[in-house]
Amino acid sequence: MGDLLQTLITVISVGSLYALIALGYTMVYGILKFINFAHSDVVVIGAWTSFTTAAVLLPRLGVTPTEAPWWAAAGVLMLAMVVCGLVGFCVERFAYRPLRGAPRLNVLITAIGVSLFFQNFGQLKYEVLKPDGPGKPAMSLPFGAQPQGMPRLVGSRALNDATVSRGTLAGVDGAVVRLSEGVSLEERRQYSIRVTPAGAPRAIEAMVVAPAGRYEPGQDLRVGFMPAGAAPGSAYALVRSARVPIQLVDVAIVATAGLLMVLLQLLVYRTKFGMAMRAVSFNTTTASLMGVAVNRVISLTFVLGTSLAAAAGFLYSLKYVTLQQTAHQGWVLLGLKAFVAAVVGGIGNIQGAVLGGFLIAFVEQFGARYISSDLRDVYVFGVLILVLLLRPTGILGSTVREKV
Amino acid sequence: MLDVSNLKVSYGAVQALHGVSLRVEKGQIVTLIGSNGAGKTTTLRAISGLLKCSADRVAFEGRELRGMPPHEIVRLGVAQAPEGRGIFANLSVNENLEMGAFIRNDVDRVRQDKKEVFELFPRLKERLAQNAGTLSGGEQQMLAIARALLTRPRLLLLDEPSLGLAPQIVQTIFKVIREINQAGTTILLVEQNAHMALKVAHRAYVLEVGRVAMEGDAKELAKSDQVRKAYLGGH
Ligand SMILES: Nc1ncnc2c1ncn2[C@@H]1O[C@H](COP(=O)(O)OP(=O)(O)OP(=O)(O)O)[C@@H](O)[C@H]1O
Ligand SMILES: [Mg+2]
Repeated sequence: MGDLLQTLITVISVGSLYALIALGYTMVYGILKFINFAHSDVVVIGAWTSFTTAAVLLPRLGVTPTEAPWWAAAGVLMLAMVVCGLVGFCVERFAYRPLRGAPRLNVLITAIGVSLFFQNFGQLKYEVLKPDGPGKPAMSLPFGAQPQGMPRLVGSRALNDATVSRGTLAGVDGAVVRLSEGVSLEERRQYSIRVTPAGAPRAIEAMVVAPAGRYEPGQDLRVGFMPAGAAPGSAYALVRSARVPIQLVDVAIVATAGLLMVLLQLLVYRTKFGMAMRAVSFNTTTASLMGVAVNRVISLTFVLGTSLAAAAGFLYSLKYVTLQQTAHQGWVLLGLKAFVAAVVGGIGNIQGAVLGGFLIAFVEQFGARYISSDLRDVYVFGVLILVLLLRPTGILGSTVREKV
Repeated sequence: MLDVSNLKVSYGAVQALHGVSLRVEKGQIVTLIGSNGAGKTTTLRAISGLLKCSADRVAFEGRELRGMPPHEIVRLGVAQAPEGRGIFANLSVNENLEMGAFIRNDVDRVRQDKKEVFELFPRLKERLAQNAGTLSGGEQQMLAIARALLTRPRLLLLDEPSLGLAPQIVQTIFKVIREINQAGTTILLVEQNAHMALKVAHRAYVLEVGRVAMEGDAKELAKSDQVRKAYLGGH
């Protein structure tokens, strides 16, 4: 049961990332009827822009990334969205627009070219800002070929753990602490201890590795590794992890992605611009006869899609903090799965992209958990094949209409 | 009001218009008739800026339209209800009408105009929330005309509004066309149904393979042997 719920949480979290990316594929397809293969690379640019901002720029503004307030994280997200929106604008303006009306194949090849360009260009390294201390990263544009660790802007902690006891440390001795209060550790539960050294702004945390049982005040309690700073007299909290921990980062991902998707939905279905967008996607010529500046709508569609991709890249890097270089196959797979999500949901259909995102995550995560983790990519592409056989237009897609 | 002179359009190697000249005076209904493939739709699309063309002049109220993108031509006051209805099937009826009013910011007037449009086409009012793709052919045609009206054009280009409609509805459509005109909108009407078109129009042009073969007063043309034989079934 715990396993099942845990897997479901992952599905929702990863699914909302797939959905965010899939939306970009589907919006561009809806309007221009072509697959923007460079879309997944914008996700990567979003992730790396977030890294650059969080790891290099924030410290220079006097904000420690791991202690950043929520608005600093929001700022990192915004900047990534703006940068990627600009990238999307330029790609459309300079790579795709000159090919408007050209045969599909030409556009497709161009898209692949743009993608390869980003993957390789992204690995160049040109230090814009020197590191401001030993062990600190330099600011490089583009991003270089080395993997980097994204600072934890959102702390890795669960929201639903329970504090079972508080007190002050009676003693610290390497991997052993002695508590001021007595505690009983239950079987098959995980405990950790959070210590706030005097004058420190934040708690430091260590796993409790002692076996279950009753521990009296002052009795030795074995912990994993107790970071420096803990001293007798420091306040502590003994915390029991939930059976199904809900990680803060997953909540942040789902909340942010959910908010963006709701905003997009409102934009597309409740505003004049959204109406124009849907009109253009049905028939560009007729839309222009209504006075819609079609090129502007197309530009904005790209900007929207790529800024959602940036958000996905940012959120992804919060959860999977090791950022690989821009041509890494992990990124390629991420983009492919989101693309599959868009196709499975019905490409060109906004709700379909969201549905597809969650469906793909569901199949992937449950297959990985209950069948075999090695085959996780196989499940995804299996679903693609199945859907294409049974319903070639995708789950919510309508029959493909010839463009006039 | 509209002054087209020596308009030429080619689709690739195929030349569709070989120098068409026509004039539409303010307040009139002018019809453009001709057999399939004569170039009627091409003429309208060129005026609306959808096609690259060469011409001595394509002027609306004295302003040259050539080189202007379609969405700016609409803003000058030239609306087109395109051939084959061209409604947005993925939008609701109401949204289609809103698209007609896309260039307008006078919300109150738009609401008023919508009311007037519903008087012309009461059927649409009952179907506002419905997906436009589910309307019948005749209703779609009504919607296309209604939508063009909401643009509040000074010149309305209609491309075969009666195409594929039952005689009953054709009557209604032509009645509405006359009403629209009497309310002050100038109309350039492309029609296969030469009989009806010549009846409502003030002036007429007959297009044959990309050239103006005849032009003149609509009533006069309707009497001419040539037109009667070729377009009115010899009656
Ligand atoms: N997109 C196009 N590509 C190539 N040729 C075209 C294209 N559109 C029209 N034509 C050709 O141009 C000529 C004029 O076509 P147009 O559509 O203007 O005719 P029409 O008078 O509107 O005919 P109908 O009454 O059948 O609608 C035809 O010979 C047609 O085949
Ligand atoms: Mg035609």
